[in-house]
Amino acid sequence: MAINRRTFLKAAGLTTLAGVAGHAAMELLAPGALEAARPESVGRFPEELTAKRWAMLIDTKKFTTVQTYQRSIDACHVLHNVPHIPGDQEIKWLWTDSFKHVFPDQQHELVPDAIKNQPFLALCNHCDNPPCVRVCPTKATFKRDDGIVMMDMHRCIGCRYCMAGCPYGARSFNFWDPRPFIANIDPYYPTRMIGVVEKCTFCEDRLARGQIPACVEVSEGAMIFGDLDNQDSEVRRVLRERYSLRRKPSLGTKPHVFYLI
Amino acid sequence: MLEKALQGNKAYWGWIFTLLVAIGIGFGFYVVQLQQGLGVTGLNRDVSWGLYIGQLTYMVGIAASAVMLVLPYYLHNYKAFGKLVIFGEFLAVSAVIVCLLFVVVDLGQPQRLMNVVLHPTPNSVLFWDMVVLNGYLFLNIIIGWAVLHAVKKGVRPASWLKILIYVSIPWAVSIHTVTAFLYAGLPGRYFWHDSLLAASFLTGAFAAGPALLLLILMIVQKVSDLKIPKEAIQTLTKIITYAWAINLFMLLLKIFSAYYSQYPAKMATFDYLFGGVGGEQMMPWMWNFVFLSVVSLVLLVIPSTRNNPITMTIALVMVVFAGWIDKGLSLVIGGFIPNPFKVHTEYWPTIPEFFITVGVYAVGLLILTILYKVALAVQRENAS
Repeated sequence: MAINRRTFLKAAGLTTLAGVAGHAAMELLAPGALEAARPESVGRFPEELTAKRWAMLIDTKKFTTVQTYQRSIDACHVLHNVPHIPGDQEIKWLWTDSFKHVFPDQQHELVPDAIKNQPFLALCNHCDNPPCVRVCPTKATFKRDDGIVMMDMHRCIGCRYCMAGCPYGARSFNFWDPRPFIANIDPYYPTRMIGVVEKCTFCEDRLARGQIPACVEVSEGAMIFGDLDNQDSEVRRVLRERYSLRRKPSLGTKPHVFYLI
Repeated sequence: MLEKALQGNKAYWGWIFTLLVAIGIGFGFYVVQLQQGLGVTGLNRDVSWGLYIGQLTYMVGIAASAVMLVLPYYLHNYKAFGKLVIFGEFLAVSAVIVCLLFVVVDLGQPQRLMNVVLHPTPNSVLFWDMVVLNGYLFLNIIIGWAVLHAVKKGVRPASWLKILIYVSIPWAVSIHTVTAFLYAGLPGRYFWHDSLLAASFLTGAFAAGPALLLLILMIVQKVSDLKIPKEAIQTLTKIITYAWAINLFMLLLKIFSAYYSQYPAKMATFDYLFGGVGGEQMMPWMWNFVFLSVVSLVLLVIPSTRNNPITMTIALVMVVFAGWIDKGLSLVIGGFIPNPFKVHTEYWPTIPEFFITVGVYAVGLLILTILYKVALAVQRENAS
């Protein structure tokens, strides 16, 4: 059957339109339903650690100096090929900052000196209600069922809307090609390219191989990682026993990094 | 009809050549940015949007302002705007193209741009901004071109065009509303998190847009046989006056709610912008903004200065420039300062960033020049 150019263009246009609109409508009515559910059989290791809701606790009583934190930061950055770029265009997955910066709404004039001068770890909070996921125009940032907020660096267009959306300053952008800034490239984790956003992923690559996050592993018990939905898990037990803080709770993002006080 | 843009005197070709040179320089710097990354800009981890996204915000307003001509002409049958509507629509076309180009030059991975279409994400305001901006672009191209064709043939515009024109009116409002939602919907960015933002975007646009259009038309009047009806100028300057007054009023509302409540997060960006707390880079610009805003408002409110061509022109230039400081500079940059850690990291555009910006504007001016050239030629033929 012959098809002239006009008919072809009409049909092509309409099917494209229907495809785009249909997808959009589906997303609006049933968010996430079209997201590629992780296939049960493909690429999963039998030893994979799973949880309904991953969460991290940071014991600020055990971590009191930058030196105590440094092992965790190094483990994270070395393992994930995080480049050392000097200046304000740097890349950070896990770092420390002062109490008044990490908890700006909690600080007042009479905070004890010990706490005032103590560094606190900062990282992606893997929020339950993550603004970065909401604003991302390509689903390059998405939340997994187990609560991990993930980055697809091959999908990211580098619009940096997630950086504007994140109220915790947890995201870095590759202003430069990161590779020349990596001292020793770890061949087991991808280096990133220029022009994409990146951040902490709760070591989902390690969880898939049955290992806990690198920072937790080397923290000598100062960090705890586990399933918040499991009543008997260590994270739940410790949260029952100790008082904890979350960053900027008033914003309603429900961070899943808890600071034990 | 486009061939009409190929006839012109020496001055016309000199102007076109100047624009091409500016585009060439901008493109050269863009190639450098593509190869080396956005590291060549002044952007950083804390201020992740800057000059480019500021220009997007400002030019969306310029595009939306076309409705200030379309609405009175088509909805209220206000004849004085008859000959000018096409120029408003063509300004909108070039302004939207400039907006889209600023999005592209701001991307870290521009070759993945189509991901926004391939993976439509209705929960992202950026997706909707793409939809409304492209929609408005096509609406104005179709409307402007079809109306011009009708004028050329000396017939009444087709009736289907009326529907598109009516659609374009709320659509103009939508482009600036959705662009405001890009900012207003973010938690923890207190300077932006403001339900008034879309409304103040529109009032600022309805002042700066028509002001820029009038200034451009006055230049066109000098170099061609276009005659702007006196009544049209008077009506437009009144629109500018009211819009500008409301825009400044809304700014005062924000300042009141921040400072009377003494809410630190709400005061922080104002402290930085106007008080130089944590860095003085923006302070001189902001006080210039205050000066330009107040003086232009006074000049516009007093009838004798509003109707005097010289003082009116001064006021229009001031409104355009003040509007630019407000949206093109302070809104986007200020929103990131201080950062989520209450740390002040400053930002200032670099030389590549500046020339890429100039280049994008030159593309817009080139498109505007060609469209205006065609429109003027058609109108002249029709009149003779």
